[in-house]
Order: sequence, then structure tokens, then C-alpha cells
Amino acid sequence: MKELRSFMRIVLTLFLVVGLQALLVAQDHHTEEHSTTHGTTEADHHGSDHSEDGHHTCHFHADVHPTEYDATGTAYHHISDANVYSIGSFNFPLPCILYTKGHGWDIFSSSKFRFDFFGHGEGRYAYNQYVLDNGAVKRIEDPSFPTGEVALEGFLHKTETIDGEAKEVAYACHEGKHYKLIPQSTADAGLFGGGITTFYDFSLTKNVVSMLLITLLLSWAFFRIAKAYKLRDNMAPKGLQSFIEPIFVFVQDEVAKPFLGPKWEKFLPLLLALFFFILGLNLFGQIPFLGGSNVTGSLAVTAVLALITFVVVTINGNKNYWSHILWMPGVPPIIKILILTPVEILGMFIKPFTLMLRLFANITAGHIVVLSFVGLIFMFGKLGESTSGAITGAVVAVPLTMFILAIELLVAFIQAYVFILLTASYIGAATEEAHH
Amino acid sequence: MTGSIAAIGMGLAAIGAGIGVGAIGGRAMDAIARQPEALGDIRANMILTAALVEGAALIAIIMAFLVK
Repeated sequence: MKELRSFMRIVLTLFLVVGLQALLVAQDHHTEEHSTTHGTTEADHHGSDHSEDGHHTCHFHADVHPTEYDATGTAYHHISDANVYSIGSFNFPLPCILYTKGHGWDIFSSSKFRFDFFGHGEGRYAYNQYVLDNGAVKRIEDPSFPTGEVALEGFLHKTETIDGEAKEVAYACHEGKHYKLIPQSTADAGLFGGGITTFYDFSLTKNVVSMLLITLLLSWAFFRIAKAYKLRDNMAPKGLQSFIEPIFVFVQDEVAKPFLGPKWEKFLPLLLALFFFILGLNLFGQIPFLGGSNVTGSLAVTAVLALITFVVVTINGNKNYWSHILWMPGVPPIIKILILTPVEILGMFIKPFTLMLRLFANITAGHIVVLSFVGLIFMFGKLGESTSGAITGAVVAVPLTMFILAIELLVAFIQAYVFILLTASYIGAATEEAHH
Repeated sequence: MTGSIAAIGMGLAAIGAGIGVGAIGGRAMDAIARQPEALGDIRANMILTAALVEGAALIAIIMAFLVK
């Protein structure tokens, strides 16, 4: 009974917080609309030229009231990494460490961009030819653009066709001129729309800060637990210790021992580190309003985690493992050369590749679903034009969001478990001794 | 009509993975009902197999993103 009451209290508090936040944002958009259209004729107010305004001229997102809710854009904005840290709708600056070939290093706080404290992470100023567009640092390619702090008039996003491909291109506006913006270099070799450009971003972004926070939290917790085991030798676990011990024993007995064989002790620390790191970041990403960082839902992070598995498997692979990959015993040579060996070699790379994609896709999908449901509030509320619509949206969206968040809580554990389970089975297969 | 044929491929991959994971889950339930004492082993293997099937769908989905 007591549990039920406290659960109901949590539900009500969540309802209130989400509802208030939605109303606050709705109200904010509402007043903005009135102040920006103040002095213009009523025809502009809801006319079609308003939307023309929103798409084809330079503006800051915060200054123009959009006529339609952009669900995809909003979802992508919230799952991508940013150079500002947002708690609720409030933005906090983070350090920027940028490198441009020929220009050298630039180290400054992202507050130099003078973004709105309550807003979308758009810098109203350019600093040393860098701008903050949609939370991410971009660079102005044109060398004629002045260095130092320069006031901008807004940003412009267009879809352009480059080499037969439709691409989103961003421009910054200064003194009536449009300057093309280039995003930071990414290591995906152009596969996901990125590639090597002229500048590199080594900043402490939202994801990096979240990762550091979780690493510190985990180190603190584990040092404390390790100390507790020394002090309370042969005694029943207490506090944090009794929370971690079942998980620890689970990983040891259900994952390490059955999959790794006799050498399980050697790889147990790796499995535990991966498990708690992934689990911690999965759970941290699901806390609403606290950054909402999508660390395990970013390909770079999952790629490095999968790379660790790949390196460990490749280094520890024994003679038996390599012979099964390169020259499978007991199979006619012609089949080996034509089918088996190429497939096995491909499999070596596909295994960590799917490991990377599985974590990324599951976590990102969960975030997008939650964001889409929250977006219902703005769709129904017509971006603050109808308060009753926003309330209806909240009544529909909040239970759905809570349901998905409950499932995501499960997914956070399952994905961390699956990641180490597969890592253990790959390592186990690579270190297995011949048995025939 | 707008959209890309890749989206259809993505849907087909999801159907395939759905059938696969469904079969795995169903058989695992059968197995647990027959031998409840083997729950731990069955569950671990069920998740492992489901993860492997899911891998094929994930590759298909990424391919759908790349081949626009």
C-alpha cells in the first residue's frame, strides 16, 4: 500500500513537471509570436508569407514563430550531440576545443557564442569564424569573414542538390551576406553524411561531459565498494555493496563462467567494466531534463566499445580460432577458398559491427519514440496557439511516454547484458581449445 | 507518391527479424514450460540467439539508410 502511494506520488509529480514544462514552452512561444508580429498587419499574422519567412530568409529560430511543428527536426536536435549542456530548457556553456588546418587551435567557452539561456542553442555571435548552429559548432568557410566576436543576423537552412544528392546546407548571415557553414570532421568516411572537413572538434561536448560524469560516479561507487569488502571481510554486504553484489555475481555466474570456459577470471574485469559503463550511460540518458544525453545512442561511442571487443578477441584468438577462420579443418579446399574463408573473414568484422549497431539502434530508437510522444503535446497544442490542445496532448502523451520509458528501462539493462553476453561468447569462441 | 524504396526494404527486414525473434521466443516459452528448472540456461541462449537474428535486421536497416 505504501509503495503504491509513493508510486502514485511519483506519477503525479511527473505529470505536473511535464505539464508545466509544456505550458511554459507554449506560453513562451505564444508571447514571442505577439512581440515579433507587433506592429505588423493582421494579414502577416497567419498568412502564408509567414512560413515563407521561416524558410527562406535568415533568422534565429527563437525569434520566429514556426507555423508547423517539425517533429523530425526536433527529434534529431535532441538526440544529437551539442556544445551546450541543457538542463530542462536552460542551456549552460561547455568548453570548445577546435582545430583548423592552417589556423591552429582555438580554446574558448561556448558562452562566447552568446546563445540564449532559454532556447535552442543558437549562437547570436560568431567567434573566430566559428558559429553555434543548433547546438553544434560549425565553421564559416569564407576567409573574408572577420575574426573575433561578430554579431550574426541569423541562420538559413536550405536543401541543395550537390552531385545529384539532396543535402541540407546551412548558412550564417552577416551584413546581408550569406556565408556557407561546414560541419566538423567525422570519422564515418562520408557514410552517414559526414566526412573529413577543414576543422576538427575536440570539445567537451554534452556527451563527453555525461561520459565523464558517469565514469566519475562509477569510480567513486566501486572504490567505495572495494573498500567495504576489505573492511567488512566475511560479513554480510551493506548499502551500495548489497546493490552491486547481485549484479556482479550475475555477470560472473551467468555470463563469464558459461561462455568463457576455464579462463573466465582473466576477462571478468572487462565484462564488468563494459556492463556498468553501458548500463550507467543508458540509464543516465533516460533521466528527463538532465541533459538528455544520448551517449550510448551515438555511433562514435558504440564503435569504440565494439572496437575494444574486436581487439580483445583478435589478440586472444588462439591457433584453433585462426585455423577455423582461415583454413577450416575437414572441408574440401575448393569450398574453403571460394566460400568458407571469405565468409569467416567477413564474419570477424561483422560481429563487432553488429555489436556497434545493436546498442546504437536500440538506444536511439527509444529516445526517438519518447521524443515523438512528447512532440504530440506541441502538435495538438499547435505550438502554443491552443492551450486546451496542449493539455489534451499532455494527457495523451504523458502516459504513453511513461510506458515507453518503463520499457526503455528494461532495454537499458537488456542491451548492456546482450553486449557483454555477445562479447563473452566471441571471446569464448576465440579462446576455446580444440576438442576433436 | 514520395519516399524511397529503401524504406520498403527496411520494413521487409523488420518482418523477417520479427518472425525470427517470435519463433525464438515462442520455442523458449515452450522449453521453459517443459523444464522450468532450466530457466537460466534457456533464457541466456534465447537472448543470444535473438540478438544474432536481430543483427541481420540491423545490417539491413543501416543498408537502407546508406543506399538512399
